[in-house]
Amino acid sequence: MKIRTHQVNLYYSDFHALKGITMEISANTVTALIGPSGCGKSTFLRVFNRMNDLIDGVKITGDIFIDGQEIYDRKTNIDDLRKNVGMVFQKPNPFPKSIFENVAYGLRVNGINDKKFIEERVERSLHQSALWDEVKDKMKKSAFELSGGQQQRLCIARALAIEPSIILMDEPASALDPISTAKIEELIYELKKNYTIIIVTHNMQQAGRVSDKTGFFYLGELIEYDDTKIIFTNPKNPRTQNYITGRFG
Amino acid sequence: MTHLDEELKQLKSEITNMWNLIIQQLKKTQEAIVTFDKDLAREVIANEKRVNGFELKIDRDCENIFALFNPVAVDLRFVLSVLKTNNNLERTGDIAEGIAKFIVNANHSFDEKLLSQTETLVMFEEATDILQDVLTSFTNEDTKLARRIFQRDEMLDEINIKANSVVADYIRKNPDNLEQGLYILSTIRKLERVGDQCKNIAEEIIFYVEAKVLKHAKGNQKGD
Ligand SMILES: Nc1ncnc2c1ncn2[C@@H]1O[C@H](COP(=O)(O)OP(=O)(O)O)[C@@H](O)[C@H]1O
Ligand SMILES: [Mg+2]
Repeated sequence: MKIRTHQVNLYYSDFHALKGITMEISANTVTALIGPSGCGKSTFLRVFNRMNDLIDGVKITGDIFIDGQEIYDRKTNIDDLRKNVGMVFQKPNPFPKSIFENVAYGLRVNGINDKKFIEERVERSLHQSALWDEVKDKMKKSAFELSGGQQQRLCIARALAIEPSIILMDEPASALDPISTAKIEELIYELKKNYTIIIVTHNMQQAGRVSDKTGFFYLGELIEYDDTKIIFTNPKNPRTQNYITGRFG
Repeated sequence: MTHLDEELKQLKSEITNMWNLIIQQLKKTQEAIVTFDKDLAREVIANEKRVNGFELKIDRDCENIFALFNPVAVDLRFVLSVLKTNNNLERTGDIAEGIAKFIVNANHSFDEKLLSQTETLVMFEEATDILQDVLTSFTNEDTKLARRIFQRDEMLDEINIKANSVVADYIRKNPDNLEQGLYILSTIRKLERVGDQCKNIAEEIIFYVEAKVLKHAKGNQKGD
């Protein structure tokens, strides 16, 4: 197992946001987290790169292993963890820099200066994020000149440049038009050959199209977690069925 | 090629494999009649399990594609047509199995004269050939070829109608061979249904490629 969580509880001060989440995720798969707003999807996603640690009053119990290593262990180096676990957010958030520098950024902050190495890595990451052909002639232009969909693929390239093995995506296509969304979805399908991907989405069809496994969250609980095929054809829990058929509430 | 394209391609190859298996089933059944080879007939019966396996797998794949990809337009028509074709093919497989059972149960080899007078083997060839042609038309999305199936099916109907009097005559003259006459007549009835299944499949192909519904249309509307 690439990722394993056992009985994870998370509290925002005294608010119990995640309740006993146990989940196993294999390498080179896409796992979709679905569920109504506020059910804890983003909170759970942020557990894997310890981004919740930045929030005041957060308390986490339980175990979270990545490649067999307990990531909340004292021995875990958070910088290494965040290099290994990349993240892409809902709104594309390029830096006010050139296209090239956006992708090179992570390498530079990690102390890499070798110009040739950086160039190669930037080009490769842009190829991987299916953006290369669209930007290869304007690498020095500002990232803000790109469309929203291109900016999001640039952010994916930025995440890929530091060679993570896991990519977390929090509603990565929800701010995009349908064509850009389709491109991101195809990209996710390609990327899973080399990465383990966890994606939060409020778009059920998207979960169906891109993921191998789906977890349905409700009020901080993982109600059902199974092959996406099963979740979408024969979910075991009536609450899952109500949610995916739109009969919720 | 998108993820959905890959799934559709796989579905197409899956049903093509099933199709080829059923063509083989018909060919073997025909050979088993001619050579009165009960072992070969038993092989056909045993292979029916594989046909059923294909049917279940394709049903499930279609269900998954509907649920996961929500296909639209030509993709939707393709999956719908595969789902129905799957059903038609499975029944065609049952027909081969049914005829193979006659061979296993028959006490005597089939009377060559009766086979030739009833045109049973001609019908077999034609039915198998039609099934092969619908497959070609499916593979190449060739609706012209699919439309030709409707006429070719009429030949099977004619043989079927003629067979009644031929077999009745035969039984009158050879009352001891009653069983044999009935088996042949039943075989012909079954082969006639192969033609019907092929016609249904041809309609599905035209629906998928051209978005035209031919079901329940008058014969002349089916031609070009
Ligand atoms: N920083 C925070 N402080 C306090 N409560 C929070 C914080 N972030 C999220 N929550 C609460 O935790 C619950 C889960 O939020 P979240 O994980 O963002 O849900 P989702 O991503 O499923 O919409 C919500 O009730 C939300 O209000
Ligand atoms: Mg969220």
